[in-house]
Amino acid sequence: MKAPDMTVKIAGVTLKNPVITASGTCGYGREYLPFYKPEELGAITVKCVTLEPRAGNPTPRVAETPAGMLNAIGLQNPGAAYFVQHELPWLKSRGATVIVNIAGNTIEEYVGVAQLIDASDADMIELNISCPNVKKGGIAFGVDCAAVENVTRAVKDAVKKPLIVKLSPNVTDITEIARAAEAGGADALSLINTLLGMKIDTRARRPLLANGTGGLSGPAILPVAVRMVWQVSRAVGLPIIGMGGIHDTESALEMLMAGADAVAVGTAMFTDPYAPVKIRDGLEQFCRENGYASPSELKIR
Amino acid sequence: MTGTVAQNTKILPGANYYDLRIEIQDNNFDAFPGQFVHISCGPGFTLRRPLSICEAEGNMLRVCYEVRGRGTEYLSKLAPGDKIDTLPPAGRGFKIREGGRALLVGGGIGIYPLLWCAKLYGSRADAMLGFRSKSLVHLDDEFARCCATVGVITDDRGFVTQLAEESVCRAAEQGKLYSVIHACGPKPMLQGIAELAERFGIDCEVSLEERMACGVGACMGCVCKTRDTGDFAYKRVCADGPVFDAREVIWQ
Repeated sequence: MKAPDMTVKIAGVTLKNPVITASGTCGYGREYLPFYKPEELGAITVKCVTLEPRAGNPTPRVAETPAGMLNAIGLQNPGAAYFVQHELPWLKSRGATVIVNIAGNTIEEYVGVAQLIDASDADMIELNISCPNVKKGGIAFGVDCAAVENVTRAVKDAVKKPLIVKLSPNVTDITEIARAAEAGGADALSLINTLLGMKIDTRARRPLLANGTGGLSGPAILPVAVRMVWQVSRAVGLPIIGMGGIHDTESALEMLMAGADAVAVGTAMFTDPYAPVKIRDGLEQFCRENGYASPSELKIR
Repeated sequence: MTGTVAQNTKILPGANYYDLRIEIQDNNFDAFPGQFVHISCGPGFTLRRPLSICEAEGNMLRVCYEVRGRGTEYLSKLAPGDKIDTLPPAGRGFKIREGGRALLVGGGIGIYPLLWCAKLYGSRADAMLGFRSKSLVHLDDEFARCCATVGVITDDRGFVTQLAEESVCRAAEQGKLYSVIHACGPKPMLQGIAELAERFGIDCEVSLEERMACGVGACMGCVCKTRDTGDFAYKRVCADGPVFDAREVIWQ
């Protein structure tokens, strides 16, 4: 059987393979070096950066839940300028394809941080309008069609690099939001961000997370993510990076068949730091053994 | 890395403390006192459990733990010969001093990472150990075999911070002040020890615990508040710690 071509193209950028890391789970790439090289994957989506450094939320910030986990980190990051100067060069020098996840409190801040990243060596920008853990600048932008279109257009007009918009699942109809992002000029979509959730510490009789609520991720949300990717891929013409609960080759295949062009692995790395590489290899093996010439052939049309 | 359970036994008949020895097959690893291993609790668990290393020798890792939830319950069921999946020893551990005397202060299961310190310091260390009740006192005999003095206190009689204070005062009177205090235990205890150390001008290292996700420094899940040039900074317990200079920590 001929070896499949595992490269995929998202908004003009060619990725070595369809496996990306999900924002917030692999820092800026260094920490997972004992387990995989960032350049081995399709792309590294780095942890969200904002214009100014952010301290993040108080602890506890994470909690395990059935088949998943909650987090409320609160976008802790050293700021976009620090990232561009101290973290990005290392990733780029290794030959990694880098997607930078960005957030802001206001449209002006989104534009400001996007311009900083646009002027850097990063390959793509991912607009985070779906973080459920910060009061301003996260989900507030992502659950309203007009706000999604406005922030997408403002950022798109200010940058040359391809723009990915990351969608929240915490909406009534995700296809409306996807269409709004498309109308605003998004070059690609990534979905889904975490589902808003909560865990109660029954011994203390109070919410376990200091933030009260948090974002649910892990295998528990896979069926929700697959359904939303299926719906969105049929509603818009944009390339899709599918994420949410992908933890093995099988779940990655589901996502690619549902309509994703690439997949992102996040929480699964906490369970098994080798997960992205195992999934990359598993997808290639599946395509080879089943006669798919490329991952795009997996899509259910 | 993969290991095989060599031993996994209950330390006390009436309590949920376990002594786990893991033989690592597929990796050469370095380990230092105060570091932890991030252990998988089997299928069905998204997050690993960070357990402090009790001691390490050759390819053998020893971790002691208390069964607190379903993850540690899974671990407690493992039998010799069972496979175990762990990340390599990680984190910044205790800085063992070449010279001088050390005071080790442990509260409850916080005594575990101090045991290796005790073995390395030998008679240069005194250990003060606090437990909730008399029936929960354990591993004190191992400390007693290497340390010069071991003090044990239970909550009905007082707290380990008192024992530590008495030790420091006694040492000061004898002109043999400790050059360092290593401590691990509940936060209020650590804060008390940090204040004691500050008062006597003794260097102090504390090992902190926090709910952890990645365990490699990537996710910012397990942070603690530390002093910074500005207001404060959240540092990662898994990668910048778990052992911190006590002066660095902001106790809240």
